[in-house]
Amino acid sequence: MAVTMHDPMTADKTRRRTITGSLIGIAAIIIVGVIGYFLFPNNLALLTRIIAIALLVLSIDLVTGYCGVATLGHAALFGAGAYAAGIAAAHYGITDPVLMTLIGALAGALAGLVSGLIILRAHGLPQLVLSIAVIHLFHEAANKASSWTGGSDGLSGIAPDALLGLFEFDLWGRTAYVYGLFLLVVVVILLQVLVRSPFGMLARGVREDPLRISAMGASVKSVLIRMYVISGVVAGIGGALNAISTQVVGLDSLSFTLSAEALVMLVLGGTGSLYGALVGTVTFLWFEDVVSAANPFHWLTMVGALLIAVVLFAPKGLYGTAAHLLGRIGGERR
Amino acid sequence: MQTVFSIAVDALAYGMVLFVISIGLSVTMGLMRVVNLAHGAFAMIGGYIASYAARDLGLGYAVAVLLAVVGTVLIAIPVERFLYRRIYGAPELTQVLMTIGITFCIIGIANFAFGPTLKTIPLPEALRGSVDLGFRSIATHRLFAIVCGLVVAAALWVLIERTAFGIKLRAAVDNAAMAAALGVRTEIIYAVSFAVAIGLAAFGGVVGAELLPVEPYYALRYMVTFLVVVSVGGAGSIPGALMACLLLGAIDTTGRYLAPEYGEFFFYLAVIVIVILFPRGLAGRFK
Repeated sequence: MAVTMHDPMTADKTRRRTITGSLIGIAAIIIVGVIGYFLFPNNLALLTRIIAIALLVLSIDLVTGYCGVATLGHAALFGAGAYAAGIAAAHYGITDPVLMTLIGALAGALAGLVSGLIILRAHGLPQLVLSIAVIHLFHEAANKASSWTGGSDGLSGIAPDALLGLFEFDLWGRTAYVYGLFLLVVVVILLQVLVRSPFGMLARGVREDPLRISAMGASVKSVLIRMYVISGVVAGIGGALNAISTQVVGLDSLSFTLSAEALVMLVLGGTGSLYGALVGTVTFLWFEDVVSAANPFHWLTMVGALLIAVVLFAPKGLYGTAAHLLGRIGGERR
Repeated sequence: MQTVFSIAVDALAYGMVLFVISIGLSVTMGLMRVVNLAHGAFAMIGGYIASYAARDLGLGYAVAVLLAVVGTVLIAIPVERFLYRRIYGAPELTQVLMTIGITFCIIGIANFAFGPTLKTIPLPEALRGSVDLGFRSIATHRLFAIVCGLVVAAALWVLIERTAFGIKLRAAVDNAAMAAALGVRTEIIYAVSFAVAIGLAAFGGVVGAELLPVEPYYALRYMVTFLVVVSVGGAGSIPGALMACLLLGAIDTTGRYLAPEYGEFFFYLAVIVIVILFPRGLAGRFK
């Protein structure tokens, strides 16, 4: 990571190379998305769910991968977005999908602020436990406020309008999928800019050595809180997308299981890189779908075995290990 | 008055079961610094073995308990040898991933081998009924759980404070590298305390089967509770874990009795307050 930029020529070159890299990455997302659209026309609901969860995993990556905060309660941000979008549609008649997404993002940011303020008060194991307590608190609160959230029956009656007044949300989920892919691409582009910005660098510095960052005069706490709010926006968009595409919000979107699974997806793909988060999500959910369809009894065993294998043989995650191997091959060639 | 009394008895019994299961987790976490999310899975294995021995094979309760403890330790040894060894000293996230993976595997296998139904462990005649205390009567099983918890706490206190092994264990918890340099065979300490921890988990899983029913998702459902107890008590501290179990048991049971519709809301609210007030745990040893 330590790129010394002595003369402007090299700086310019590295800059151009990273921009090319981002463009290739975004092109790859779009190409994979388009291939998915034509390859699995009957399975677009699953693909849309993968995109929504991918947004949640990206949001965990922002705090865990870039800031070093371990959390098992991130679904709180996702669920807040989903419920806010759902409640706006079901109780207030705000059925414009773009508006619903914005409301979800706002609610996610708010939930990020609240849970960030709680979780960041401790470090290490107590921090993990605080994050678990936060997600359970959100879960129980949503369960109790059943007149708003539908409780354990789930919140139904969400009927989003046509997107931009032109594209109806059809039974096959084509509109929802395309909208989701669009959201994902926009978010990834913005996050690319964010993690390369001075603020992104500061966040990475906090992960490496918080003491030194505070000695340099920056406030560690404020960096982390701001990152939590940004990550809340991303997770909230994911939640809203899920509410729009499935037209129902269940308590499982605020569950500990979802938080833990999302963290597992992130570590599976590799922390500290946006593509790692995406690769991990797609691999995990696709694997889960295939295995649970093939053998409903053994799928949990298989998922567990996959996780153990990743820890033993690909400790940097799938994307991290692949990038490392490619880098080595490239290095030898040069 | 009746309610207060039954809350107190249930809270005490629940707290003691929590203590028996999670004290091993607390010691190994203080010792090896491993975030072990699979601890509850071992308690569940103990419950399954005991249920199989007592219900399907018709063996006595005491034999079933013994089989559960020995069997679970035997299962845990290769798991420790081949999987846990690789994650000592690894980053927290790696440990979480590995131990969640182990938990998923155990749940899947238990689901396949024993089916998704609840498993009961038939109690012997002596533990059924209830005991008359003169002014109140309480279920014998609750009393049994409380006594087990007290015995385990006392035995561990003797083991850790009064024996040569305990001295080495405490030295290794405080500073493993220094203890090794002074000639303490830390890997043996690790192995023995891991085995004791797993054995206690299995024991707690059997004794507490009436309060925490044995089913495949046991491992996930209570994993968090055990982790919370360790964090609130402070990893590696027996008095801390005991205090945490009694406190959290009391809060949880009171919440269930008085405001069942809120679920575990008050439990987790209390956890947040305690962790924020005592970020290093009640006994304050964890760094």
